[in-house]
Amino acid sequence: MKNVFVYCEVTEEKRIAEVSLELLSKGRKLAETLGVKLEAVVLTDQAGDTLETIQEFGVDVIHLAESVELFPYRTLPHFRVVQAIFEKEQPEIALFGATSVGRDLAPRIASVLRCGLTADCTSLEIGDHVDTKTGKEYKNMLYQIRPAFGGNIIATIINPETRPQMATVREGVMKLEKADKKKVAQIKNYKVEEILKPEDLVITIIDRHIEPQKVNLKGAGIIVSGGYGVGSKENFKLLYDLAAVLGGEVAATRAAVDAGYAEHERQVGQTGVTVRPKLYIACGISGAVQHRAGMDQSAKIISINTDPNAPINAIADYAVTGDLMEVLPKMIAYYKKYSK
Amino acid sequence: MEKIKILVLAKQVPDTRNVGKDAMKDDGTVNRGALPAIYNPDDLNALEMALEAKDRLGNAEVYVLTMGPTRAAEIIRESIYRGADEGYLLTDRKFAGSDTLATSYAISKAVKKIDPDLIFCGLQAIDGDTAQVGPQTAEKVDFPQITYVEKLVEISPTQITLKRRLERGVETVVAPLPALITVHGSANPCRARNVKRVMQYKHARTLTELKEENRENSELFKDRPYLKIEEWSVDTIQADDTHLGLSGSPTKVKTIDSVVLAQKENIVLTSSDADVEELMVDLLKSRVIG
Ligand SMILES: Cc1cc2nc3c(=O)[nH]c(=O)nc-3n(C[C@H](O)[C@H](O)[C@H](O)COP(=O)(O)OP(=O)(O)OC[C@H]3O[C@@H](n4cnc5c(N)ncnc54)[C@H](O)[C@@H]3O)c2cc1C
Ligand SMILES: Cc1cc2nc3c(=O)[nH]c(=O)nc-3n(C[C@H](O)[C@H](O)[C@H](O)COP(=O)(O)OP(=O)(O)OC[C@H]3O[C@@H](n4cnc5c(N)ncnc54)[C@H](O)[C@@H]3O)c2cc1C
Repeated sequence: MKNVFVYCEVTEEKRIAEVSLELLSKGRKLAETLGVKLEAVVLTDQAGDTLETIQEFGVDVIHLAESVELFPYRTLPHFRVVQAIFEKEQPEIALFGATSVGRDLAPRIASVLRCGLTADCTSLEIGDHVDTKTGKEYKNMLYQIRPAFGGNIIATIINPETRPQMATVREGVMKLEKADKKKVAQIKNYKVEEILKPEDLVITIIDRHIEPQKVNLKGAGIIVSGGYGVGSKENFKLLYDLAAVLGGEVAATRAAVDAGYAEHERQVGQTGVTVRPKLYIACGISGAVQHRAGMDQSAKIISINTDPNAPINAIADYAVTGDLMEVLPKMIAYYKKYSK
Repeated sequence: MEKIKILVLAKQVPDTRNVGKDAMKDDGTVNRGALPAIYNPDDLNALEMALEAKDRLGNAEVYVLTMGPTRAAEIIRESIYRGADEGYLLTDRKFAGSDTLATSYAISKAVKKIDPDLIFCGLQAIDGDTAQVGPQTAEKVDFPQITYVEKLVEISPTQITLKRRLERGVETVVAPLPALITVHGSANPCRARNVKRVMQYKHARTLTELKEENRENSELFKDRPYLKIEEWSVDTIQADDTHLGLSGSPTKVKTIDSVVLAQKENIVLTSSDADVEELMVDLLKSRVIG
């Protein structure tokens, strides 16, 4: 009762998704602040060593449901089981990754439990609230902080009256930190066949092509990122060349992804990945607030833009005014010259 | 055989993709007036998929439901120009301030009145950007949901095959009807307006619009009843007030802050050889690279 719950997503490779581990890290801090327990929810066919991973995050209780119906993910079986767990356990807070699984599942759960759900939070904090109209005081609310209106505003949202307080968070937003001490979690098993009804199994998956994650933007120390200003997929090759000599990864803006210059998994920003490399080289990127939301924590930022007034320059350490087609080859040449 | 009823949920949104300087007021709030109101992009993909379903089924009709102020009737006219058969505007002051739970409650009440076999909606709206209304509506009308759909593979009067676009790949699923589908922006773009339909329906109006144009006494609807766009209120859909608007919304906005760009001290360079050389030497020296 009144604890912090994290729905742990199981990846194609049968591991706990990064975003879920990040949420366990955050969830542990929230639970500590509130003086309550941290509980994980795992739905899969066979848990295997995923439970080991979860134990490293200081989880008190693992709710485990194992059934062939639960892997790969389908909405209704997961919905039914999570609903059953939440109705019984009455969580205070419930966190989901803002992935195609979390964004599919969490709203359906919030709807059936009639509670509030805040999407794509960039920060979660505990704080008090006084209702200005009624004067009623609320202690220890979850502040769910999210960008809205195309990222031009930041809203702090609370759910004073309903429980659980539900939120989704994108991958890379919260820091992944294991617990200092490993805890042995209590495991609660669920009999899935007693929860699921035939109508929960009406959708069948007839084909799946899920590729292993190829690019690891979050782990990259150097990111060469291209925007719409790169102009074409062919021109993007220059970015790959620079990334190769510097030992970095290539990222892109949504405009560049939409134009087909780069794959979706390379998108940085509010609706992409959040990165914090030691160097971020922004090539032909204007610096829209949705893009900056995913990269403004980078230690050093270089902007290369033909427009001296591009908004990205405001957060850049070095602003190079010029054509990236001219600047990038020179950067490669001088790097080779001076790095021996 | 009865006609298959296909419903599209479409929202009118401020165009947040082109936020200019005048879009923010001095107090940091959003100046909605300065942003053009557009058809939510994903909802156009949803409309297209609904029209494709109708094309393939033959014996089907496409309805559009939009919840919003009077001016959202534009969404219905636009949908009809592109091939939808009919539209409903769900409009009432009591809806103002609804979060996604209250919005999906209102929409689900209207859905029950229409009683469709299939619902297509956008994956997400570009203003709230939550992607929650689809799944929440599905739960409230007790339909299975298929989200992130990119392609309509096959459809019959009893089942539908769909391809979903996920982060790292695709998945094809078969679902029985009824079902609710949320359509990804990578799905087929919407067909253009049909000139004949534009001619035929450009005078379509809601009663409120006619009143605003001081034409409530015109014979328009009597002569051409198909030009009347139905307006539905809280009463029409028999919704419970306490589940609507601000008071029916569990999420409350505590504070809103505008995003301020803190200007960093930066080094401004050109594309000259000397400048790029200086840049690379700097980075190597400070061990950022190398
Ligand atoms: C709800 C929502 C979510 C979003 N999420 C994201 C997100 O996650 N990530 C994201 O990136 N965007 C996101 N966006 C889109 C964002 O608003 C911008 O549209 C996008 O970031 C712009 O990308 P860009 O900078 O590549 O393109 P543009 O804004 O078109 O900028 C191109 C830049 O290239 C420069 N340029 C042109 N030619 C050259 C040249 N030869 N050499 C050097 N410079 C050149 C131009 O001066 C310009 O500054 C989102 C938008 C919305 C509404
Ligand atoms: C700053 C701010 C932050 C917000 N944050 C949250 C939040 O975190 N949680 C929350 O519950 N609410 C939030 N809201 C409220 C939310 O934006 C509204 O409830 C909105 O009406 C629906 O949400 P959406 O725009 O995110 O739609 P989405 O859920 O993204 O829309 C998905 C699809 O549902 C259909 N649809 C949605 N609305 C309509 C409509 N009016 N008519 C017809 N079809 C429709 C469309 O097909 C659309 O493509 C926020 C609002 C603001 C201003």
